Amino acid sequence: MLYREAGQFKTTYVADQQIFPILQDRLFVLAVIVAAFLAVPMFASPYIYTEILIPFLILSMAAIGLNILVGYCGQVSLGTGGFMAVGAYAAYNLWLRVPELNNLIVVFLFGGVMAAAVGILFGIPSLRIKGFYLAVATLASQFFLDWLFARVKWLTNYTPSGSVAVGKLEVFGWHVDTPADRYLLILGLVVVATLVAKNLVRGHIGRSWMAIRDMDIAAEIIGFRPLRTKLTAFAVSSFFIGVAGAMWAFLRLGAWEPLAFDINRSFQILFMVIIGGLGSLIGSFLGAAFIVLMPILLNQLPGWFGVRMSTALLSHLEFMVFGAMIVFFLIVEPHGLARLWAVAKEKLRLWPFPH
Amino acid sequence: MTTRMRSFNEVLLSVENISLSFGGVKALTDISFDIAKGEIRAIIGPNGAGKSSMLNCINGFYHPQQGAITYKGVRRSQMKPHEAAEQGIARTFQNIALFRGMSTLDNIMTGRNLRMKTGLFWQALHIGPAQREEIENRKVVERIIDFLEIQHIRKAPVGQLPYGLQKRVELGRALAAEPELLLLDEPMAGMNIEEKQDMCRFILDVNDEFGTTICLIEHDMGVVMDISDRVVVLDYGRKIGDGVPDEVRSNEAVVAAYLGVSH
Repeated sequence: MLYREAGQFKTTYVADQQIFPILQDRLFVLAVIVAAFLAVPMFASPYIYTEILIPFLILSMAAIGLNILVGYCGQVSLGTGGFMAVGAYAAYNLWLRVPELNNLIVVFLFGGVMAAAVGILFGIPSLRIKGFYLAVATLASQFFLDWLFARVKWLTNYTPSGSVAVGKLEVFGWHVDTPADRYLLILGLVVVATLVAKNLVRGHIGRSWMAIRDMDIAAEIIGFRPLRTKLTAFAVSSFFIGVAGAMWAFLRLGAWEPLAFDINRSFQILFMVIIGGLGSLIGSFLGAAFIVLMPILLNQLPGWFGVRMSTALLSHLEFMVFGAMIVFFLIVEPHGLARLWAVAKEKLRLWPFPH
Repeated sequence: MTTRMRSFNEVLLSVENISLSFGGVKALTDISFDIAKGEIRAIIGPNGAGKSSMLNCINGFYHPQQGAITYKGVRRSQMKPHEAAEQGIARTFQNIALFRGMSTLDNIMTGRNLRMKTGLFWQALHIGPAQREEIENRKVVERIIDFLEIQHIRKAPVGQLPYGLQKRVELGRALAAEPELLLLDEPMAGMNIEEKQDMCRFILDVNDEFGTTICLIEHDMGVVMDISDRVVVLDYGRKIGDGVPDEVRSNEAVVAAYLGVSH
């Protein structure tokens, strides 16, 4: 009943081009953001921060990055883990070697920029290679980067096992120590990143990506340059992924080795994008929530109902149910959770009337 | 049937001795003709005559092995598609080539891509120059939407539109580039009478109001003879006729190509 857009007339193009043209959507998103900043810190425990909220937010950002490349520009990539590693190790080396710049924002941006540069490099084959073959080419980048961080010892500061750790972290003098601090920093960065991503995809750069995705020949004939457009997508996507990788390393793990960003990470992020919905930012969040939260939920569920079972059985069941749910969701809605979300909104507009 | 008689002096584009082959298949052999500024020029011919290949050569998608194309006084043997677009050549396609995942509005906005220059930084913020540019181009696009009478489908995803409207949106995307030369590849294929009439009206209006030179491929002879100023006839990659519609209609080679000859 409350979700109606009747009476909301747009009289200027600025008003028509808002991110959320419907008033109720604006209020809802504003409420969510305010609640995330103010209400969550009032009750959240360290467990909720480190196991649920922080992974969810960081992986959402990585999913947004990958969605720009796969969902908006149509270039399949399996190199996400590698690009996250570039962000993490670039950030680590700057943090380690230039202590004067001990500001996480600067460090993370550096990680993102380096990842963008590497992304451009590995994006060059995309001019010639398409679809599954491009996926294989990006898979090569994943293996190459894994190898690079395991073998080039300078990058890991000659630690014997390749495992590195970060110590004191601060942002403009604010010491980011407690899980709550980390959460707030990540939340702030993710909100900004989402806004930037939205601005890009609704402007002419986003249209160029989607044009290449939908029909590359027509796009070329009306004046888009395929290589430049694809490389922009690779750069922007890798930037987001690199920043997410740096955040994952610094704020989630604290100490890590190259294995933290292996091929499984690439698949995890790709599944988030596919389950969440290709070409949708809200889908990136929904997909990340699904992949991060569902295993935890499945793990806890039997306990809530007083069912006791062995840990081994529980973890096997978790895998099976989780796998079945992914298959179920993709059969019911091949366009991902974002489409379910859109359908729900459409229904809500009419509710409680059938037409 | 009345044929419009108009005269044109200035040559916008001339095709000189173009030959194009794919391996052993000769798509075009030694074709020459010109397109005058402001006219509606039709290319006709039976299936496989090389009409679409001709358009693809003009807008730089195919590179002919021989011959040259002079456009706006500049003679060149080949150019890239985006160069052709920058020079003011826009086109539509035989099989609709819209961006199916995008709305009508966004599709037509892509036609403005060469006029949207703000960089990544302003785009990321979507304020200042980026927003101004977006609004300015939106105004142009809205005029095209009004002109083509597709206001009601502005926000609809084009993949869900009926065929006739998709053709119209594609014309809109080409018009958004404000081209000097508009290439239309079978703009009326598969349309019913009313849709054809609408499309003819739009083509004539574009030509009259914006002064756009139009080169079109069409199979409907009634339409071609009615709206075009001059007609080129191709058959098996060769030019067999060229002139005003009445001349072409009485050309024996053309009649033979279309109706066959008695032996």
